[in-house]
Amino acid sequence: MDDLNIMIVGVGGQGTLLASRLLGKVAQKQGYDVKVSEIHGMSQRGGSVVTYVKMGRKVYSPIIEKGEADFLLAFEKLEALRWIDYLKKDGTVVLNDQEIDPMPVITGSTMYPEGIIEKLAEAGAHVRSIDALGIARECGNIKAVNMVLIGLLAGTSSISKDIWLESLKEAVPQKFLDVNVRAFNAGYMVR
Amino acid sequence: MKELLLGNEAVARGAYEAGVRVATAYPGTPSTEITENIAKYDEIYSEWSPNEKVALEVAIGASVAGARSICSMKHVGLNVAADPLFTASYTGVNGGLVIMVADDPGMHSSQNEQDSRFYARASLVPMLEPSDSQECKDYVKTAFEISEKFDCPVIVRLTTRVAHSRSLVELEGRNDIELKPYTKDPSKYVMMPAMARGRHLAVEKRMAELRSYAETTPLNRIEWGSREIGVITSGISYQYAREALGDVSYLKLGMVYPLPEGLIREFVSKVDKLYVIEELEPFLENQVKKMGIKVTGKELLPVTGEYSATLLREKLRGIKFEKVYDIDLQSPARPPVMCPGCPHRGTFHVLKKLKLTVTGDIGCYTLAALPPAQSMDTCVCMGASIGMAHGMEKARGREFGKKTVAVLGDSTFIHSGITGLIDIVYNKGCSTVIILDNSITGMTGHQHNPTTGFTIKGEPTKQVDLEMLAKAVGIERVRIADPFDIKNFEKVVKEEVEADEPSVIIAQRPCALLKQVRYEGPQRINENCRKCRSCMRIGCPAIVDKGDAIEINSALCVGCKLCSNICAFNAIEKAGDNNG
Repeated sequence: MDDLNIMIVGVGGQGTLLASRLLGKVAQKQGYDVKVSEIHGMSQRGGSVVTYVKMGRKVYSPIIEKGEADFLLAFEKLEALRWIDYLKKDGTVVLNDQEIDPMPVITGSTMYPEGIIEKLAEAGAHVRSIDALGIARECGNIKAVNMVLIGLLAGTSSISKDIWLESLKEAVPQKFLDVNVRAFNAGYMVR
Repeated sequence: MKELLLGNEAVARGAYEAGVRVATAYPGTPSTEITENIAKYDEIYSEWSPNEKVALEVAIGASVAGARSICSMKHVGLNVAADPLFTASYTGVNGGLVIMVADDPGMHSSQNEQDSRFYARASLVPMLEPSDSQECKDYVKTAFEISEKFDCPVIVRLTTRVAHSRSLVELEGRNDIELKPYTKDPSKYVMMPAMARGRHLAVEKRMAELRSYAETTPLNRIEWGSREIGVITSGISYQYAREALGDVSYLKLGMVYPLPEGLIREFVSKVDKLYVIEELEPFLENQVKKMGIKVTGKELLPVTGEYSATLLREKLRGIKFEKVYDIDLQSPARPPVMCPGCPHRGTFHVLKKLKLTVTGDIGCYTLAALPPAQSMDTCVCMGASIGMAHGMEKARGREFGKKTVAVLGDSTFIHSGITGLIDIVYNKGCSTVIILDNSITGMTGHQHNPTTGFTIKGEPTKQVDLEMLAKAVGIERVRIADPFDIKNFEKVVKEEVEADEPSVIIAQRPCALLKQVRYEGPQRINENCRKCRSCMRIGCPAIVDKGDAIEINSALCVGCKLCSNICAFNAIEKAGDNNG
């Protein structure tokens, strides 16, 4: 198989870590070597967070470098913009169309950039954008944003749906399984 | 069966498989998950100790008593534990003793970028450094063998990217190692001058033996590729080098102290151009240079920050990254912020309003140094807030002291704030210390501590009573106040800084992320709003200025109502039921 690099970006607290763990399981189930790099601690507190998932025949560095990501799984629009340099030429941005104002915007020292999705597309990125927050809310829990996005990514990938669902069941606690499966399916159905 | 484990989880697994019986730690990113995961094994006694010095002392005691023991900390924690470390090097061990230390190049969650490898050399203790999770597990097991074979503690050093990356690990069973017999041996375990002189000789002899061991151990290995370039490297740098330089030759050092001089000379003799690739200080490089070997390292590579394959490609091969997507939009920075509902927000709102000088400390509350609060003046190390407030008052006098407070968390206070408080009382200071008691160790992800009433395994235990503790050391003015009751909190702070004797304010309100904390859910701003923007001043990420209106982001708001306490117009109310 070709190497597959997925970069997950978002705001601390949005559930990016769980998404990366699930992706790690998906890789493992297919028999790939895999590395997942997470950041814990201070930057998690509402800051810009990034996790890397790399799979392939042999993975050395756990870090995805600029221009190396096949997918940029962005939990927030501004974060997609911030990390776009990491996307490969012809790579795909899977995007939650949500805005979370960072503190410099809240305090009025700068503005939230406008037209991010359009500009990403104009620059040549493939952008799959959805209202993951709204869909998660309909599914019964706004915290399931991560599973909506994973579902959308799964629908874009060539990996069988069974592997995704199996990994999901292992990654999330039993009592939240139903809502997470609903959210995954909702994302998966988006075309 | 392989499992995808964090480096830290793999260390825990290694400790389990190695038959460890006692594990101690003080939490600190990026080391915390080691002991969190060890706590899941019933076969191992584990504890959060009050600080790293105590943690290491407990582990040394367990080792002397005959048990394999492990003690884990972040890099700056090793500074706290340095005192027992240097002498444990002399006493050596009975049961194996392994010290895990996690460095944080790039300072993802730390106050400095120190290179802990120097501790190995300074304390004359061998150090291993794994490059991925499998090696984390394997090296921990080897470290116990080295510890018992050479009668010394062994340090295993991680860096953030190894500690916090997941990779595949082959699991094995537990080696149920019996307790070694304990026998009294003052010449080995009582380090007073006469005995310590003898032990220092034993340590030097041990170092010579370890240098020979380093020559043949499989921890150090040569991977031959093209001999035009040879790379001496270790830890995560090995992975970056592999990615950036591909099929050249590598001397991968799993044991970074002491170094195998013979093996290095052999490697060097067979390659044309030699690089040493290591993050932070030229620790390996300088030792290689001291052998009289010509090598390129820090003249091309930085001593600051993390490395990456991109950086190595650029610095060593002249290949620059070329932008793929040209977008003319700036991304505003997104610094970390206190969470919605954070109890610290109330405290710092008041401290800012009163324009106090605030000596700060290590924890989530250090974020108060950033906008919009900007109400923390200093942050040096665990517990420093208290000593520094006292020092400021002694330097600038009582009037300055009246405008100064020390602020630190409950866990930080127990870690090393209490000694500072005793100093204030003993040396007739008048400082005011605010203990932010949020019922948990927050920043590192919710660990129990002596003030929470629960052990690492969640078992109920005695709870340190901060009020009684402060009184016991001689503080007569101890006040407990809710930082969300802004008016009262402000009054209490004003009274205590004015008082001509030392005082402690316990700001009590639990971390909003704790499960038992249930606020009523998202609020909204109603038509009473006069757009005075006073709610904006608390710097809550859920409150957004939309220009013509102030809005509350229902996806972020937890309903802590700090903003409603501040609003003078009753303009903030509970939002309708829509699940958020």
